[in-house]
Amino acid sequence: MIQTPEEPLGPRRVIGTPSPAPRAVDAQAEPEQPAFSADPPNVQHAKNAERLVAALFVLAFLAGCGFIAAYIGLEVGSSTIPKGGNDVVAVLRSNMALGTSLAVALLALGTGSMIWVRHLTPDIEIAEERHELESAPEDRRAFKRDFAEGAAISQVTRRPLVRRTMLLATAPLALAPLVLLRDLGPLPQTDLRHTVWKKGLRAVTLGGLRPLRPADISTPGSMITVIPEGYQDNDNALAKAGVILIKFGPGELHIPTNYNGGTLVSTMNWTIDNIVAYSKICTHVGCPVALYEQTTHHILCPCHQSTFDAANGANVIFGPAARALPQLPLMLTSEGYIAAASDFTQPVGPSFWERG
Amino acid sequence: MSSIISRRRHPAAGYAAVAGGLVVAGVLYSALSGGGASAATAAQDQSQVSQGHSLFLDSCSSCHGLDAQGTSQAPSLIGAGAAAVDFQMSTGRMPAKDLSAENERKPQTEFTQQQIYDIAAYVASLAGGPSIPSASQVSTSGANTALGEELFSTNCAQCHGFAGAGGALTYGKNAPSLNASTPTQIYEAMLTGPEAMPVFGDGTITPAEKKDIIAYITDTRTEANPGGFSLGRTGTVTEGLLGWLGGLGFLVLIAMWLTAKRRDGHVKAESEQHS
Repeated sequence: MIQTPEEPLGPRRVIGTPSPAPRAVDAQAEPEQPAFSADPPNVQHAKNAERLVAALFVLAFLAGCGFIAAYIGLEVGSSTIPKGGNDVVAVLRSNMALGTSLAVALLALGTGSMIWVRHLTPDIEIAEERHELESAPEDRRAFKRDFAEGAAISQVTRRPLVRRTMLLATAPLALAPLVLLRDLGPLPQTDLRHTVWKKGLRAVTLGGLRPLRPADISTPGSMITVIPEGYQDNDNALAKAGVILIKFGPGELHIPTNYNGGTLVSTMNWTIDNIVAYSKICTHVGCPVALYEQTTHHILCPCHQSTFDAANGANVIFGPAARALPQLPLMLTSEGYIAAASDFTQPVGPSFWERG
Repeated sequence: MSSIISRRRHPAAGYAAVAGGLVVAGVLYSALSGGGASAATAAQDQSQVSQGHSLFLDSCSSCHGLDAQGTSQAPSLIGAGAAAVDFQMSTGRMPAKDLSAENERKPQTEFTQQQIYDIAAYVASLAGGPSIPSASQVSTSGANTALGEELFSTNCAQCHGFAGAGGALTYGKNAPSLNASTPTQIYEAMLTGPEAMPVFGDGTITPAEKKDIIAYITDTRTEANPGGFSLGRTGTVTEGLLGWLGGLGFLVLIAMWLTAKRRDGHVKAESEQHS
């Protein structure tokens, strides 16, 4: 045991441990004993811990080297993958190697540090005193004096004309960012109320881009997604113009209704041969609804389970959607292809503030 | 690590072997049955229909009616076509194990493929309907897999998931996984619209497009599928979630343990040594 009560700042002080000043109190209470001893209670135990920590640090070093080696050695670029190799497998292999080596390195480093702290450092309690946050009175007086001096030297209190014009000069600069917000637009105007469908615009399959005759969709229970012809590369148009065509058997389709302007109208003459066209955009938050069950005639939205009854004007029968799916009026072109008879008569997709 | 990945791909190889076997069976069948309209074939067809009819009377007519006209328990099969019979029976959905609206895929243990073809021939003889696609109709050689992906995303993915893993429908029904489906079964399902599935006839999705879709479904199975529980090829999302939630909780516990006061025994041992 090292007895150093007379030398509080002895050579055994270690960085990170508290100043030995409070020890004076302890020394008075138990003068023959130091506040803490850096010597471990169990020498053999400490030696084992030291070796373990060193081994973990060496492991962390090796794993860190492995990380660098994996980064350099395991290429993922398609140009460097051997012929016949799989990009996905290469990325998977690289990720595994990088992740494993980094995890081992960090875990070994952390575990080593923990064992170091818990088994090698002396067991002492540290109290940190709180201090007044307020500055010393002389500092406060000096600051007040400096401030008044600065104000006097700058003449800002004596020359109101300069002071006021300076404030005037900064006012527009402060307001400028608010003006810039204007350019976040333009506002959608009436875009939310209209789609690109118009009278005579043919419906084509998405993917195949073929126009359809009623005979192409003649089996009851058929369903297909169609888009307006010529708009396959216009994502802004497609975002609102997606339509599903559903073919019903004789007598399965109830006379559908739809809002035309503000009034509910019968829309049986919007169908062709028991083929009905509904917007594919859910009226809740706009997910594509094409999950059609031909046995129940339900159209289910996979996002929030809004369910529409396709045989009954696509009315909502379950879920958070507030309105039926808008129906697209259909007509036949002179060549006998299915086309729109007009645009949708109400806005498609989710509600918006000014929808009414 | 490469051995792990190659081992992971073994199940897909199994599916491919099954699919290949069924394609071979289909080729044999078409070679046997599709040999033109000679009198011999017609007689063979007629005997097949009569064999199918007797099988139908034994095993199907109690629900579907003696003339396949349907009963209150099961739909009419008039006009259903050979493709619908082959799909329902080769996937084990028929004979049904109960009278629910939805039948799950199960191994077909009661009928041989030849008996299924016999019953299909009988049902087709009633009023036509979609016929079983030939091996060349479901062959994916030269198919446009990229277009198949687009068509699958547009028409199939909302129910079956973007990689064919299946998904939920309304009121407890579900769209099955396509992982075990053979190309012929996929083709037949599109053609006939089994159960809640809509019909995708040749007018809306052409035979060539059906091949593209089959190519996308079967190609996807052979792609690397990282992660354990991949949620229909979503990737290592479940592992990531577990890593974040479990890992963060573990780190909190470690931090609590690290900052906890040491047990008294340790201090006592120390003070005993001092005294």
